[in-house]
Amino acid sequence: MPRRADISSVLVIGSGPIVIGQASEFDYSGTQACRVLRAEGIRVILVNSNPATIMTDPEFADATYIEPITVDVVTSIIERERPDALLPTLGGQTALNTAIALHEAGVLDRFGVELIGADIDAIEAAEDRERFKAVVARTGADSARSRICGDLDAAMAAVEEFGLPVVVRPSFTMGGLGSGIAFTHDDLLRIAAAGLAASPTTEVLVEEGLLGWKEYELELMRDHHDNVVVVCTIENLDPMGVHTGDSITVAPALTLTDREFQRLRDIGIAVIREVGVDTGGCNIQFAVNPVDGRVVVIELNPRVSRSSALASKATGFPIAKIAAKLAIGYSLDEIANDITGSTPASFEPAIDYVVVKVPRFAFEKFPQAEQTLTTTMKSVGEAMAIGRNFTEAFQKALRSLERPAGSFHWSGEPARGGALEALLASTAVPTEDRHVAVQQALRAGVSVDDLAATSGIDPWFIDQIALLNEVATEVTRRGLDPDVVRRAKRHGFSDAQLSQLTTTSEDDVRHLRHREGIRPVFKTVDTCAAEFAALTPYHYSSYDEEDEVTVTGRRKIIILGSGPNRIGQGIEFDYSCVHAAFALRDVGYETVMVNCNPETVSTDYDTADRLYFEPLTVEDVLEVVAAENRSGEVVGVVVQLGGQTPLGLAAPLAAAGVPILGTPPAAIALAEDRAEFGRILAEADLSAPMWATATSLDDVAAVAGRLGYPVLVRPSFVLGGRGMEILDDDDAVEAYRVRALAGGVVIDARRPLLVDRFLDDAIEIDVDALCDGDEVYIGGVMEHIEEAGVHSGDSACTLPPITLGQRIIDQVREATEAIARGVGVHGLLNIQFALAGAALFVLEANPRASRTVPFVSKATAVPLAKAAARIMAGATIAELRRDGVLPLDGDGASHPPDAVSVKEAVLPFKRFRNAAGQVVDSVLGPEMRSTGEVMGIDVDFPRAFAKSQAAAFGGLPRRGRVFVSVADRDKRAMLGPVSRLASLGFDILATDGTAQTLRRHGVPVGPARKHSAGVGDDGTPTIVTRILRGEIAMIVNTPSGRAARADGYEIRSAAVQVDAPIITTVAQLAAAVAGIEAMGSGGYAVRSLQEHSRAVTEARTAAGAR
Amino acid sequence: MSERGVVVLEDGRMFVGQAYGARGSSVGEAVFATGMTGYQETLTDPSYHRQIVTMTAPHIGNTGMNRADAESSRIWVAGFVVRDAARRVSSWRAEATLDDALREADVVGVSGVDTRAMVRHLRERGAMRAGVFSGAGAEATVADLVAMVRAAPQMAGSDLTADVSTTAPYVVPAVGGRRWTVAVLDLGVKSATLGHLARRGIEVHVLPATSSFADVCAVGSVGDPTRPDGVFVSNGPGDPGATEGPVEVIRAVLAAGVPFFGICLGNQLLGRALGFGTFKLPYGHRGINQPVMDRARGTVQITAHNHGFAVDAPVHGPVEAPIGGLGRVEVSHVGLNDGVVEGLRLLDRPGFSVQYHPEAAAGPHDAEYLFDRFVDLMSANPANPAVAANPATQAHPSTSSVVN
Ligand SMILES: Nc1ncnc2c1ncn2[C@@H]1O[C@H](COP(=O)(O)OP(=O)(O)O)[C@@H](O)[C@H]1O
Ligand SMILES: Nc1ncnc2c1ncn2[C@@H]1O[C@H](COP(=O)(O)OP(=O)(O)O)[C@@H](O)[C@H]1O
Ligand SMILES: [Mg+2]
Ligand SMILES: [Mg+2]
Repeated sequence: MPRRADISSVLVIGSGPIVIGQASEFDYSGTQACRVLRAEGIRVILVNSNPATIMTDPEFADATYIEPITVDVVTSIIERERPDALLPTLGGQTALNTAIALHEAGVLDRFGVELIGADIDAIEAAEDRERFKAVVARTGADSARSRICGDLDAAMAAVEEFGLPVVVRPSFTMGGLGSGIAFTHDDLLRIAAAGLAASPTTEVLVEEGLLGWKEYELELMRDHHDNVVVVCTIENLDPMGVHTGDSITVAPALTLTDREFQRLRDIGIAVIREVGVDTGGCNIQFAVNPVDGRVVVIELNPRVSRSSALASKATGFPIAKIAAKLAIGYSLDEIANDITGSTPASFEPAIDYVVVKVPRFAFEKFPQAEQTLTTTMKSVGEAMAIGRNFTEAFQKALRSLERPAGSFHWSGEPARGGALEALLASTAVPTEDRHVAVQQALRAGVSVDDLAATSGIDPWFIDQIALLNEVATEVTRRGLDPDVVRRAKRHGFSDAQLSQLTTTSEDDVRHLRHREGIRPVFKTVDTCAAEFAALTPYHYSSYDEEDEVTVTGRRKIIILGSGPNRIGQGIEFDYSCVHAAFALRDVGYETVMVNCNPETVSTDYDTADRLYFEPLTVEDVLEVVAAENRSGEVVGVVVQLGGQTPLGLAAPLAAAGVPILGTPPAAIALAEDRAEFGRILAEADLSAPMWATATSLDDVAAVAGRLGYPVLVRPSFVLGGRGMEILDDDDAVEAYRVRALAGGVVIDARRPLLVDRFLDDAIEIDVDALCDGDEVYIGGVMEHIEEAGVHSGDSACTLPPITLGQRIIDQVREATEAIARGVGVHGLLNIQFALAGAALFVLEANPRASRTVPFVSKATAVPLAKAAARIMAGATIAELRRDGVLPLDGDGASHPPDAVSVKEAVLPFKRFRNAAGQVVDSVLGPEMRSTGEVMGIDVDFPRAFAKSQAAAFGGLPRRGRVFVSVADRDKRAMLGPVSRLASLGFDILATDGTAQTLRRHGVPVGPARKHSAGVGDDGTPTIVTRILRGEIAMIVNTPSGRAARADGYEIRSAAVQVDAPIITTVAQLAAAVAGIEAMGSGGYAVRSLQEHSRAVTEARTAAGAR
Repeated sequence: MSERGVVVLEDGRMFVGQAYGARGSSVGEAVFATGMTGYQETLTDPSYHRQIVTMTAPHIGNTGMNRADAESSRIWVAGFVVRDAARRVSSWRAEATLDDALREADVVGVSGVDTRAMVRHLRERGAMRAGVFSGAGAEATVADLVAMVRAAPQMAGSDLTADVSTTAPYVVPAVGGRRWTVAVLDLGVKSATLGHLARRGIEVHVLPATSSFADVCAVGSVGDPTRPDGVFVSNGPGDPGATEGPVEVIRAVLAAGVPFFGICLGNQLLGRALGFGTFKLPYGHRGINQPVMDRARGTVQITAHNHGFAVDAPVHGPVEAPIGGLGRVEVSHVGLNDGVVEGLRLLDRPGFSVQYHPEAAAGPHDAEYLFDRFVDLMSANPANPAVAANPATQAHPSTSSVVN
C-alpha cells in the first residue's frame, strides 16, 4: 500500500530535555521523521521543549512548538493546528506517555486525531509488565518469574519462592527508576521499602534475579502487511543485572549459534505480533542462560529507542526514518534502502565488521553516588566504534570516551598478593571500569575461566582481552618492529598505547608507523556486507587491506564533533556541528563529519556529505585528514563547534600541519591561559575576579586571606572531576583541606590549586558572539536567574535580560568586542560575566560554540552556528548581513522586550543514590551537573519562566502547601516572595527560624516538624515524611553555610524523590513566584517558533528602520 | 608470526593471510556468504561442494561445532576464508572447535584475509575460480598458483550432484505417525529439509541423484504401491544446465500428476523440466537476509539463499510451460534485491518450487510454511487414494500450524 492519502498533517512529539535514559537519540530519530514526513508533502507540527535539538529548528517542521510537553499544552496545540494524525513513537517514553494521556483525556477523539505508528492497546500490553508477561506466555515463551507485592511480608514470601537475588521494581515508575537488585534479605527490606514508598500504588514487582545470564537485544521493524525484519542483534558484554544503557554492548551478537539466534528471532516476531505493534520499530530484550540456553524475555519497547539509534548507526539501516514511512502507510518493500539505492528496506542488514558501544558516566560530578551498576541506568552518554574485529572496535570505543582510566593499560607491575585479591574481587562487581580490572587481573595471571566466573562476562570476550595483553607483551618484548606494530594496530592499539608500551613518544610512534606505511584503510558501512555497492560514504577505519574512500576532487571542510555526551558537553555542541555541515554544504564545500557518538544527528549518514565514525583523538583525526586529502583537497578543519573535545585537538593538529579554520590555535591558547588572558583584559580596561594559586594545601588559607573570603577553589588536577568549591572562611578552608587530603587530591607546584575571589550575590551574564577578526556580532545577552556561583549550565537564564539596564548592556557589548578582538576570534565566542554591585567582571571567555548557541539562535531567530561556519570559511559579518544569514541591522543585544525566552536546566539527581539508597544532594554549585535544558517562550518573563518550569519538571504549583526553610542570610530576601505566595492562597509551612521571621511580618505560617525531631508522640509526621507522601506542593530550602551540605539534605532528597518542585536559591524563588502569579488559573498561550521568529525579525527590522 | 596462507583468484588477485584448518592446496569456485550466524550449517551444506567460501562476518568459529547443527555428514566446502578465526569457543552447545573440524575434514582455510576486499572484488568482476594454499602449497610462485587455479574445472557446465548424493536409498521415518510417503531425490539434501518433511507426518524415502522415474515410483505409498504421495527434489551443487537425469524424472512426475516440491537446484531443474533456461548469476545469492516476495500472500519473507544460478522465466503473469503438455506456470516468488525468479508454481498440476531455503538452517524460519503447502498439495490431490478414502483430510488439508 502506498502512502495514505487521508493524512495531510501530522503532529510529532519530541522527547523533551536530555535526561539519563532519554538523550539525543530522540533528536536523531525525530529529525529523521520530520524530514521524511515533509518530503512526503505532509504538514508537520512538532512539539518539543528542548531547544538544543535539530528537530526544533524552524526548517524541520511547518509549525514548531517549543513548549512544555504536557497534556494541556499539547491539547492547545492540537486545537490550534488540527493535525490529522499524531506520531508518538519517535519521542521516547515522553512522547508515548503523552500520547496515552491525550488519548485517555479524550483529546484525540475530540479533535479527530488518529494515532499512527502505534496502538494504545499495544503500548499498554508492552508497557504494563504484568500484561506483557501474559503476552509472552501466549506465544509460548518464558518471562522471569515474578510476583506483585503490596507489602514487605509478601516480598519476603516471594523471595522464599524464587531465592535470592531478586530484582525489585516499583510499579508505575519510569525507566527502571527506583528498581534494584537485592542480594540479601537486608537489601530486600531496604529496596522494597523504598520501592513501596515510591510507587503510587504501593506495589513492587519482585522478580527472579537472572544475574549472570547473557543479555541480548533485537531491533525489529514491522509493517502493515505483517512483514517483519530484524535490523540488528546486540549482545551485552556485561551480563544481566547491568542496564543495557550502562552495558558495553556489541553488534552483531558474537556468541550465538544460528539455531539460538533464530529462536530469539522467532520469539521476537511472535511477541511483537501478539503485543500488536502495528507498524514501526521496537526492541526486545532477552536473557539467555549460558549453561543451558534457556531464554527469558525481559521487555519490549514498542517504539524507537536508544538502541534503535545505535542499531541504525551500527548497520546503516535508518530505523526512525523507515518507522515514519511505515506510519504513513508504506510497507517495507515499498521503501528503498538509501545506502544501496537499488534494494528495498525489507531485508535484514548483514554487517562485516564489529560495533562496540561503551557508556560514558558522570560519577565524578556526584561523589556521594553509589557507583555500582545495576538495573537503573546511570550513564549520561555513549561512544560507539566500528572495527573489522572485536578488539579493534573495543579499543577504539574505549579511547572515544576520552577517559584514560577507561582504556586498557600496561603501566606498573601486575597486581600481586592482597592487591590482586582486591582486584579479583572488584571484577565481581559491575562498575564503570570493570573491563579494565578484568584486563589487569589477566595481566596478573588470573585465568580467563576464573574471570568469566567472577564477572559473568562471556569467556569469549575475556579471551579477547587476554589477546590484547598478549599483543601488548609482544610489543614490550619486540618493540616497534613493523610486523608487531601491524599486528597491534589490527587489535586497535593506539599510537598512545604503543608509546606507553615502548616509552617512545606518540609522535615518534606515528612517524615510524607512517614511514613503514602502516596506515588504516577506510571501509564502508553499507547494510549488506558489500553484497551491493553503497552510495553513501559512511566510513570507519581499520587496519586492513583495501581502502574504499573514493576520489571526489572537491574542496572539503572537516567538522570535528563532540564525542560522547557528558555533563557539560552534550547535544548543544552536536547542534552547532550539524549546522556547520548544512551551511558549508550550501556554499559548495564537501562537508566531512568526524564523530563517535551514535546518539546524534551529526552521525546520521544524511547530515554531512561524508561521515567518518571515528574516535576524536589526534591520531584518528590525522588519518581521516589523510584519507580526505587522497579524495580531494582539505581546506581545513572546524574545531570550535564541538566543545572542548575538538578545541583541545586544535594545537596538535596544527602542529601536524593540518589547517585549522577560524580562531587559530594560538588565539585559543591565549583565551585559555589565565595570565595571557589577564593581559588582554587589562589592555581593554576590564577586570576579572582576583585570583592566585596555592601550591600546597597548607597554603590555601594564606592565599585566601590575601584575596579575601569567600573564595572559589579548583584543583588543576583531580581524577575525573573538577572539585570546584566555594569556601567562606578559614574554617571552611580547614574542612576543605581535610576532605581534600582524604580524597587524595594532590596540590603542588606542578598541580596548583586555583583560588579565585568569589563574587557573592553577583548577577551572572552569558554572551554568545561572533567575530570575523574585526567586526563583532553579539548573538545574545543572557541574564542568569541564579546568582554567580551556580554554574552557567545549571542556572536558568533569560533573553533578553530582565534587570540589566542599557548601560550594563552597552558595557557588556564593549567588553565582548574588546575580548573578541584581543583574542583574535574568528567564529564563535562565549563569555561569562558577573555583575557585582555596579562592577562588571569577566569570569571566562571560551573561543568556541557554547551550550547556549541553539537557545540563542532560536530566541533571536538568527542561525549563529551557521554564521560561524561561514566566517570560518572566510565570510565577513558584513557579507553575512548582506546574505541574510545575519540580520541587516541590530543584533542579539537589541532584542525586542516582548519576546522573552527562558532557558531552564534539567538535573539528574534522582538517578543517583548513595550507598544507603537515598538520592544525592540537589543543591546547585559552581560545577555543572545538569544533563539537559528546556526553553519557555512567551511575551513576558514570568510567563516564559513558568513555561520553562512546566517543561523542566511538570510545573509550578497553582495551589497547596509550600514548605520554606532558608538560611539566615536569605531570610530577608525570602520575605517578599513568600508573603506573596501566602496572599495567592498557598499554605505556608516553615521550620522554626524561618517561621518566626515570617510571623513577625504577618505571614500566616503552619508548623513543620523537623526531620531530626523524628515522629511526634502524637504521631505527627516529619516534614520529610509529608514530602514523601506528596502533601507538599513546593519546597524552598536554601542551605546555610555553603559547605554545610548536610543541612536540609533529607528535605531536598525527599523532594527530588517525589519530583516535587524544589527551590534552593532566593533568586529562583522570586522567579517562581512571578511565574505562579503569571500563570493565574488559565492555561498557557502557545505560539509556534516560526511565528516567534517572524515577530522577532519584524521587530528588529522596524527598530533598524527607526 | 603464524604460518602463511594465501587465497589466489583466477584473475591473479591474491590475498595473503594465515594458514587455518588443514594445510595444503585446494581449488574451487570463489563465493561469499553473508550470514552472521550459521557457519557450521554453511560448511556442511552439500550445495557448497567444490566452492571456496568466504564468510563476510569477521569472527568465525566462536560457537564451535556440534552434532545437532550439521546439515549433512561432512564438511563440503573446498576451502574456507575468514577474517578472524576464533581463538576460543564459547557456547554451551559446542562439542569441538571449528579449527579442529576443518583439519579433520582436510579443508584448507585461510584466516586474516581482508574478506571485504575479496567480496568487493567478486561483486565487481563476477564469480571466478580460486585456490587456497597453505603449508608447502603456499610456497609456489604466484604464477604457478594462478595456473593451478586456472586449471580447476569451471562451475558452469558441471554436474556435481552425484558427488554429494547418497549412494544407497534410505528412509527417514515420519514423526508421530505416517500420513504420507514422499520420494526425495537427493542432489545434496540438507538434514533440516528431511526433518521438516518428517515432522509433518511424511515418511521420507531418500533416493540417489541417479534414480529413475521408475525408482521414484517404486517408493509407493500406503494407498498406492505404484507411486509415492509426493516427490521432492533437493538443493545441490553445480550447474543446473548440466544436470540432466533429474530433469527427465521431474517431467515424468509432473506428467503423472504426482505432487512435486523442489528447493534450490530442485527449483532450477523444475524450470528446466518446464522448458525454461537457467543462467549463472554474476556472483550469486548467499546469505540469510534475502527478501523474497511471495506473490500469493503479498508479503515479504526474509530467507536463506545459496544459489549461483537462476531460472530464466517471465516474471509477470502465468505462461504456458514452454515444454507443452504441462499446462500453465507462474513465477510465484521474486527476489526483491534483484528481481530474480525465486519460485515457480504450476497452475494446472500439483507442483511448485522455490529457489531459496525454506528449511533455513542457517537462516530465518519465515518460509517454513512452504512445507505445509506441499502437504496441502498432497492432501488436495484427487489422484491420491489416501485422500479419496478419507474426505475429512480434504476439508482440513493441514493440521500443522502455519507459522508465518
Ligand atoms: N530478572 C532480572 N534479573 C536480573 N537482571 C534483570 C532482570 N530484569 C531486568 N534486569 C536488568 O535490568 C535492566 C533493565 O531492565 P528492563 O526491564 O530492560 O528495564 P528498562 O525499562 O529500564 O530498560 C536490563 O537491561 C537487565 O540487565
Ligand atoms: N569568581 C567567581 N565568582 C562567582 N562565581 C564564579 C566565579 N568564578 C566562577 N563562578 C561560577 O562558577 C561557574 C563555573 O565557572 P567557569 O569558570 O565558568 O567554569 P566552566 O569552565 O565550567 O564554565 C560560573 O558559571 C559561575 O557561576
Ligand atoms: Mg530495557
Ligand atoms: Mg563557564
